[in-house]
Amino acid sequence: MKGVRHYPGFLAITLLCLLVLYLPLTVVAVYSFNGSTSITSWGGFSLRWYADVFTGPEAARFGQAAWNSLTIAIIAATVSTVIATAAALAMIRGGRFRGKTASYALINLPLLVPEIVVAVASLIFFTTIGLTTGYLTILIAHITFCIPFAYLPIAARLSGIEGFYEQAARDLYASPWQAFRLILLPLLGPGILSGYLLAFIISLDDFIITNFVKGAGMETLPTAIFGSVKQGIKPNIMAISTLMLGVSVLFVSLSYLINRRGRPAR
Amino acid sequence: MQTAISIRRAVKRYGPVTALQDVSMDIADNEFFTLLGPSGCGKTTLLRMLAGFEDVTEGEILLFGERIASLPPEKRPVNTVFQQYALFPHLTVLENVAFGLKMKGMGLAERNARAAKMLELVHLSGFADRKPAQLSGGQQQRVALARALAPQPKVLLLDEPLSALDLKLRQAMRVELKALQEETGITFIFVTHDQEEALAMSDRIAVMSAGRVQQIGTPREIYEAPVNRFVADFIGETNLIEVEVDSVSDGRATVTLPGGHRVVCAAATNSGGRHALSIRPERVALAADAPDLHATVERVIYLGTDLHLITRLDGGEPFALRLQNASRTALPDPGARIGLKLEEGAARLLAD
Repeated sequence: MKGVRHYPGFLAITLLCLLVLYLPLTVVAVYSFNGSTSITSWGGFSLRWYADVFTGPEAARFGQAAWNSLTIAIIAATVSTVIATAAALAMIRGGRFRGKTASYALINLPLLVPEIVVAVASLIFFTTIGLTTGYLTILIAHITFCIPFAYLPIAARLSGIEGFYEQAARDLYASPWQAFRLILLPLLGPGILSGYLLAFIISLDDFIITNFVKGAGMETLPTAIFGSVKQGIKPNIMAISTLMLGVSVLFVSLSYLINRRGRPAR
Repeated sequence: MQTAISIRRAVKRYGPVTALQDVSMDIADNEFFTLLGPSGCGKTTLLRMLAGFEDVTEGEILLFGERIASLPPEKRPVNTVFQQYALFPHLTVLENVAFGLKMKGMGLAERNARAAKMLELVHLSGFADRKPAQLSGGQQQRVALARALAPQPKVLLLDEPLSALDLKLRQAMRVELKALQEETGITFIFVTHDQEEALAMSDRIAVMSAGRVQQIGTPREIYEAPVNRFVADFIGETNLIEVEVDSVSDGRATVTLPGGHRVVCAAATNSGGRHALSIRPERVALAADAPDLHATVERVIYLGTDLHLITRLDGGEPFALRLQNASRTALPDPGARIGLKLEEGAARLLAD
């Protein structure tokens, strides 16, 4: 069979896709180092907009927003990963139980429901039960929609781990808890870490749902950036965006690398 | 001799499906005992019940007189060598072998020393710090053995441990396993579907089929005195011929073959009527004088050490012979009519 590279038009289509996907990102990244105040004309290499992000007039606002984003992402990723791990264990190691299919659908539903629907529904829900919108409501919403993202790599990993490892551990006098902690957890580790990083990034990046449930005066980095952009795009936004892009790329790459390494020998 | 394992009327049901029906057997201490049967016969289910991975629907299992059927796997002083080895991929070879000892609460220095000794026993001393994935299949197999033997189980359970190895290695491991069993003095319960493996290693074999024990005996008993059609057919090659029983008493029978030949044989049944007669192909000789049977040669297959003759008896039944390739007698040609002489004890009347 011919390699895919040898089909006519392969190169052209590939280049077009890469261009559409990555040219805008490249432009933002390049112009974040622009020395001029204009966002369209190049004024030489400079780090002034990065300095502006940390020391400029909007630094305090962005700093607080970044802090909120970071703490929410850490807590949301941690809680959703624990829930997702428990869910994966129940779904894959729990044998048959009533409502298994329904549980599966429930875990994965947030991936399918349009985000704007979740956003509106969450807001209505929080208002109905009388919960003041703010940090806590953002956190609850983030934990909820992070679960399926954490679940996917963990469940994929777990279904690749044969049941005989735990049986072998039990056979060698390990209690169920020891078999889980000493054998299954280390084997599952890369999946859990991968799920955690994915959940972290999803939480860090979220705008739509956060914007609905954040309440007045509370900002995360994406909502703060959006707030700034409404008053016109300044180069410092490009610097912040580039920083966020860097963090995202780092985490997604880590997640990928961790999941690829240390697969159980088959 | 002391009984290591006593299985009493064990039944295993999965919903409406019965995997094991009323299985009873006693396995002696220090015995190499094999559960042999085709896939789906219940042998692995029985082994998993001994290990504690499957619960017992009915009946009782005793380990040196103690009831174990309701104990979880970690409370049973038995260890398992898994078919796929199940070595923990994130632990080194030494840590794998020491795992059971660690779980039993043995200190680090002591358990590492013991694990190293076990690795020596299976000739893998230089591999302690490797990960399982860095070993060949045969080496992984030995680690699995060392790991299961390290905690000094009262009984070692082996679930088709040689099936993933290639032929040469499998044959070498047969000898080694048997030697290891004699060296350690531990009761081995070995599951396999490979009759040659079972015959080569076992002190006794339980032949299983369709969730039932068909026969328990030494390899010689199983091969030479099968009790029923299934055992005769499953172990080795045999010619099975439907015969009419003329008379039967005290384990001897006179039967008539479809072609009219009468044969006196050992009998595993006491009932008359129609039964299967088993004649092993290697227990028959060519004979010009006073033959027991007459046949027509259809095909001669040259196998080096053996000659395989495919013939048809006068009654029309296919009949195979294996002759040693040592005699200088001229071989019959296809189409030739030959006389066959049954060796003493070659023919055996079987229960159904």
